[in-house]
Amino acid sequence: MSEVKVITGTSAAAEAAKLADVDVIAAYPITPQTTCVEKLADFVANGELDAEYIKVESEHSAMSASIAASATGARTFTATSSQGLALMHEVLFAAAGMRVPVVMMNANRALSAPINIWNDQQDSLSQRDTGWIQLYAEDNQEVLDLVIQAFKIAEDEKVLLPVMVNLDGFILTHTVEPVTLPKRETVLDFIGTYEPKHAYLDPKKPMTQGALGDPNYYMETRYAIETAMRNAEKVIADVHDAFAEKFNRAYGNGLIESYNLEKAENVIIAMGSICGTIKDMIDLKKKEGVEIGLLKIRCYRPLPVEMIKDALKNAKNVAILDKSISLGMNKGAIYADVASHLKDKKTVNYIVGLGGRDITSEDILGIYADVETSEDGKTNWVGLKEE
Amino acid sequence: MVNTGTIIYEPGSSANNKTGSWRVFKPVLDQDKCVKCENCYIFCPEGCIQEKDGKFEIDYDYCKGCLICEKECPVKAIKTEREEK
Ligand code: SF4
Ligand code: SF4
Repeated sequence: MSEVKVITGTSAAAEAAKLADVDVIAAYPITPQTTCVEKLADFVANGELDAEYIKVESEHSAMSASIAASATGARTFTATSSQGLALMHEVLFAAAGMRVPVVMMNANRALSAPINIWNDQQDSLSQRDTGWIQLYAEDNQEVLDLVIQAFKIAEDEKVLLPVMVNLDGFILTHTVEPVTLPKRETVLDFIGTYEPKHAYLDPKKPMTQGALGDPNYYMETRYAIETAMRNAEKVIADVHDAFAEKFNRAYGNGLIESYNLEKAENVIIAMGSICGTIKDMIDLKKKEGVEIGLLKIRCYRPLPVEMIKDALKNAKNVAILDKSISLGMNKGAIYADVASHLKDKKTVNYIVGLGGRDITSEDILGIYADVETSEDGKTNWVGLKEE
Repeated sequence: MVNTGTIIYEPGSSANNKTGSWRVFKPVLDQDKCVKCENCYIFCPEGCIQEKDGKFEIDYDYCKGCLICEKECPVKAIKTEREEK
């Protein structure tokens, strides 16, 4: 029997790592991720989880140790946030290039300066070209479900890429919600054991991992990651469907989730916890006969471009919400990635919630009203205090 | 195509990749001056100076010409010559 607990998002991630029976955890605490690795330290210390817990002195070391652990063939988990993720930056490329299926929880948080511990998605979006699969959760149940799915996706032979599961700092990391915890056996039966054929430690079969790759090899290595990303689209969908079947919880097709898209001409594209607020507004307005559509991006890398195009075929005006900003371009990353594929529609970019700025239901309704009249290709900073 | 993760499964494969082609300068060891102190053998970062029959010899297939050996030789038994190819 599964069990329902009222827990935070970081606890949901820790519980999922425990359910996946990870072998190694290498982690450094950083707000608002800390409670996740504290929880895992508890599990290991009190014998609930038989894993090696490596205490490291920085996130750079946390990722380095995770890569090394995974390269021996061990199922490996770590967690980070913001400045910590930025400190991991160079090693994130190594994880992808070495094709180690590390799973990492990232608590989405703004980057300094000024020092700001609150939520936006600048940290993970700034890592988009490292070769990591990036998934985003809307609520704490989805955090748990995504971490479980992440292991199965990462370890799939057609993928073998590290996966980052993102949840909005504080909004999810520190807010309690009822979360259904499946039974360990059921989860392990779903994920299976990790038996790497490419990277493992066996003194009888020595191998070199992470060697120099001169100009004869490097380009092929990057291309191989791109191929794995394309394969991942199908694997993510398949893993999602198999999960839905076994655990009775589904999230769109696993990569995107459509909400009221059939009738709505005005559609919002968003990622993460804000989708919950948007769905509430959609339900509310529907009663008044107003149709608003939502396209939730659950998988940002690989970006499911064809699925997005297809889901938006009835849309006319598309509001693309970004909790990050590519400075010098005045566009968020999602807009930059998606708008060019929606040439036949009006697309407007809304920069929202940077550094934890509140995004209210009124803001969402404001965006809905604005997208109809706003000029194509425009960027609006929502709630900006201008002098 | 490269192996997944660009992993090298064959141990000792680096021995196949000769690194001597990078060399601009070449160390030349004068056996008559050599006092067999082992300094060059210890300091060569390529590990390409070996002792054979009581003599120290440089393996030019792997010597990259850094000239650390010349610098470390206490009796100046190692001279530098420009590599000619
Ligand atoms: S030049 Fe450098 S690489 Fe060559 S033998 Fe001397 S120390 Fe070794
Ligand atoms: S350092 Fe000079 S003296 Fe010593 S072993 Fe090498 S060549 Fe001979």
